[in-house]
Amino acid sequence: MLELKRLSKSYVPGKPVLVDIDLEIAARGITSVIGPSGTGKSTLIRCVNRLVEPTSGEILFDGVDLAGLSGQRLRHARRHIGMVFQEYNLVERLTVMENLLSGRLGYVSPWAAWRRAFPPDDLRAAFELLDVVGLAGYANRRADALSGGQRQRVGIARAVMQRPKLLLADEPTSSLDPKTSVEIMQLLADVARSREIPVLVNMHDVELARRFADRIVGMSEGRIVYDGPPATLTDGVLKSIYGGEAWLH
Amino acid sequence: MSADAAGRDDPFRASRWARVAWIALAVYVVYASSRMEISWERVVTGLENASRFFARMFPPNFERWELLLKGLLESLEIAVLSSAFGILLALPVGLAAARNLMPAWATWPARFVIVACRSFHPVIVAILFVKAVGFGALAGILALTVASIGFIGKLFTEAIEEISDKQVEAVRATGAPFASVLAFGVLPQVFSRFIGFSTYQLDSNLRNSTMVGIVGAGGIGGTLFAAFQRFDYDFVCAILIAIISLIMVGEVMATGVRKVFLEGATLADLFSRSGRAVRVRPLEGD
Repeated sequence: MLELKRLSKSYVPGKPVLVDIDLEIAARGITSVIGPSGTGKSTLIRCVNRLVEPTSGEILFDGVDLAGLSGQRLRHARRHIGMVFQEYNLVERLTVMENLLSGRLGYVSPWAAWRRAFPPDDLRAAFELLDVVGLAGYANRRADALSGGQRQRVGIARAVMQRPKLLLADEPTSSLDPKTSVEIMQLLADVARSREIPVLVNMHDVELARRFADRIVGMSEGRIVYDGPPATLTDGVLKSIYGGEAWLH
Repeated sequence: MSADAAGRDDPFRASRWARVAWIALAVYVVYASSRMEISWERVVTGLENASRFFARMFPPNFERWELLLKGLLESLEIAVLSSAFGILLALPVGLAAARNLMPAWATWPARFVIVACRSFHPVIVAILFVKAVGFGALAGILALTVASIGFIGKLFTEAIEEISDKQVEAVRATGAPFASVLAFGVLPQVFSRFIGFSTYQLDSNLRNSTMVGIVGAGGIGGTLFAAFQRFDYDFVCAILIAIISLIMVGEVMATGVRKVFLEGATLADLFSRSGRAVRVRPLEGD
């Protein structure tokens, strides 16, 4: 599904944030990237859909190297990759429905988009998704009138509206309280499983990652230092990822 | 102002250069007023002239109301048409000048157009257009269109440059083409401010349209200038009252437009006193 080969990124020449990352994501399941702040988790996720330009390496998605695409071919590739953001990144002044439909913008012409003339199928799918994420009746509410948890529900629904082959989630629960965080992760996991969409999610909360991920990738200083199931993520491994040990007790 | 007992630097030390600048400014103001030859004598004769002038202005003379109305309507035409053309042209120019969305080869020419439109006062531009297309309303419309492009283009550019990148990024990540990113990621963020400064510009054009007539570019200004030159001060007074009414009507209309566009008020809300209270958000809305 997704294969990263020797992926590197340096924002400043000589100071790499990602160093030769090799990672393969299977066609299903939740893969969680954990690691200390500033270790390149976010950069890794953003390199996949090229919101961040990788410095070198390959991003093979369905056999096509995304790193070499530009213009329309990049846009067409992005249509298949949904993304959920840490700060939701909803368009605040649009309604919930418009935010959901923006997930279909890759498929409708700009002229239709300006006139809000989306195909009936898209509207039906959007209303169904609103039910799924528990926001039935919120379609005409403006995004800036929602709470954080509700916004992230819209964020997930928008990503799923793309009918993506892969879901990326960049710290989707970092701006939420613990209870809402669990609810959002549960929703993300349920939606992904029922629609068989593989998820690549980075998180700073180890317990949450352990609880929802099928596979955990531990990163430290721009490199992958652990890759395996949550069960074998021992204190020793965590120490090698985060350094120190006082925080473990 | 010396360092205190602990030997630390004085935290309130004034910059020497700031002090020099203040003194230089004060010296210049005194020098400039001495060159203006302002004397008590001049003030006294000025007051006398003013009182005579005001005495002749009242009561205002509305006998030539047809001439007055014709001028007013022409001013209104100039204001509305120049605002409409100006806003339409300012949209692409302002967008092209936004550095966060456009490459340098687009922003530099667009910025040049905006600066060129803003360089001269509308009256100077009106003089140029009177020379180019002759006396009349067309020159006024063209002059104020230029001014509108400059003003709205600049503010529109600034509004776009201040938008949240995160919202745009999310729309871009869906694979949306550029025009759709504008429609869903950019425009919603700047729309309310755009309406705000468009109505402000209409208001401003209404005032300027009463002025470009002085240089022959149509509108009530020409009538006013002619009345002044013929010492018809009572007619001047009538014209001034008419202009004030026009501006006030314009203000009310602009407020109405903002309410309709930004608060979703209906026309019925605007005209009913008991209707729901509609609050107009300030120009700098979030």
